Amino acid sequence: MQITLTVNGKQYSNDIEPRMSLTQYLREVLDLTGTHVGCDTSGCGACTVSLNGAAVKSCTLLAVQADGGELTTIEGMANGNEMHPIQKAFKEHHGLQCGFCTPGMVMTAANILKDNPNPSEEEIRHGLEGNFCRCTGYHNIVKSIQHAAEEINN
Amino acid sequence: MIPAKFDYIKASSVSEAVDLLDKHGFDAKILSGGHSLIPAMKLRLNRPEVLIDISGISGMDSITEEGGEIVIGANCTHHDIATSKLVNDDLNILAQTAKAIGDIQVRNRGTLGGSLAHADPAADYPATVLACDATVVAEGKKGQRSIPISDFFQGIFTTALEDDEIITSIRFPKVKNGNYQKFFQSASRFAVVGVAVVKSGNEVKVGITGVADTPYRAKGVENAYNGSADAADHAVDNVEVMSDHFADVEYRSHLAKVMTKRALEA
Ligand SMILES: Cc1cc2nc3c(=O)[nH]c(=O)nc-3n(C[C@H](O)[C@H](O)[C@H](O)COP(=O)(O)OP(=O)(O)OC[C@H]3O[C@@H](n4cnc5c(N)ncnc54)[C@H](O)[C@@H]3O)c2cc1C
Ligand code: FES
Ligand code: FES
Repeated sequence: MQITLTVNGKQYSNDIEPRMSLTQYLREVLDLTGTHVGCDTSGCGACTVSLNGAAVKSCTLLAVQADGGELTTIEGMANGNEMHPIQKAFKEHHGLQCGFCTPGMVMTAANILKDNPNPSEEEIRHGLEGNFCRCTGYHNIVKSIQHAAEEINN
Repeated sequence: MIPAKFDYIKASSVSEAVDLLDKHGFDAKILSGGHSLIPAMKLRLNRPEVLIDISGISGMDSITEEGGEIVIGANCTHHDIATSKLVNDDLNILAQTAKAIGDIQVRNRGTLGGSLAHADPAADYPATVLACDATVVAEGKKGQRSIPISDFFQGIFTTALEDDEIITSIRFPKVKNGNYQKFFQSASRFAVVGVAVVKSGNEVKVGITGVADTPYRAKGVENAYNGSADAADHAVDNVEVMSDHFADVEYRSHLAKVMTKRALEA
């Protein structure tokens, strides 16, 4: 089936099987391997991308469901060599250890801050309930998002 | 994990979706948010040959007020409901319930219609739609009909919908005083027990999910209520309480009473 969508500002058109997940499409067809697969069962959030401005678990979407949509993956967050404020905050405040969960954390953080530019620590923790960090570095992930919010608001 | 092969059709109207359901019968499945169906298909617990995607049908994602009722399109996501001003103002208990579902990503995709049609015994909405006395509006080959919520849930993953019917919207009376209490399953965040209480004057309506294989109105609590939360002791009267590795019968019964008490006191 033919799908056409925009990923990180670039338009793609591909003929794919309806049963292909959005994660598979991004990683295997477009070679955008920044979107990670942790559980493949909608539990961990590592595969989170933004579809039409909303964070979604791409392992639980068929690529055909994203037909006509606008996607942003972790590869589309930076502006050239300039990291996105959320990425910068993760780097500066040790928001990552092995980095496996990080793309999903950053994409979810973007949704948290879009809905609520000044979240409390509690609201950030609540907002991350669909994202697991196997290295358990939650404190610094939360701290990074708090710093990113400050940076974006200034 | 990759689902078995299927054909995918994006329906552009309710009547097209109904015709497709009628044509393909048992081999077809409706797809809305996909957040119950796709995981099941990946595990190959479900192998539809035709998926009919209704998510693009216009008019099925609106929230409006009609004749004093709040009418919510079946395709409204949990996020739409949690953030709707109309729902927060006039049907706050439904916004509370939507906010308690899953996580941001799940709430961005999952829909009210999908959750009700799926009828998972651990889903949140069933408690609240029962306590609110909502009406499910469905459309099939024979036309449109309204299903009172008290007739809708018929068992585990089983509803009153005919094979060729889809839910188009759900109608709610306005609710001033309602409260939803949920005991989260600690890994999946589904409801081990969820209790919705709607109060008007000295009367209460109590909907309970997670406790039995079918969500129910706790008539024992409703009849015993005289303003005191002690009525919560009747939360599982005449109910066959489920048991699983998260909560056995005794613990689940206890949770049902505690959550009912909290919702009555709120
Ligand atoms: C990680 C995760 C956590 C979750 N946590 C919770 C939770 O805490 N509480 C909770 O209640 N739920 C939870 N869910 C379930 C979630 O709310 C689902 O989105 C919802 O149950 C189904 O809605 P959907 O639109 O995704 O339906 P789909 O998956 O698209 O469909 C589900 C079923 O309903 C049918 N269907 C869909 N729409 C219609 C319609 N309009 N008419 C007739 N049939 C229809 C489909 O054919 C299918 O059989 C969770 C899901 C995930 C993946
Ligand atoms: S890989 Fe999608 S949620 Fe874990
Ligand atoms: S940094 Fe290793 S999983 Fe989160």
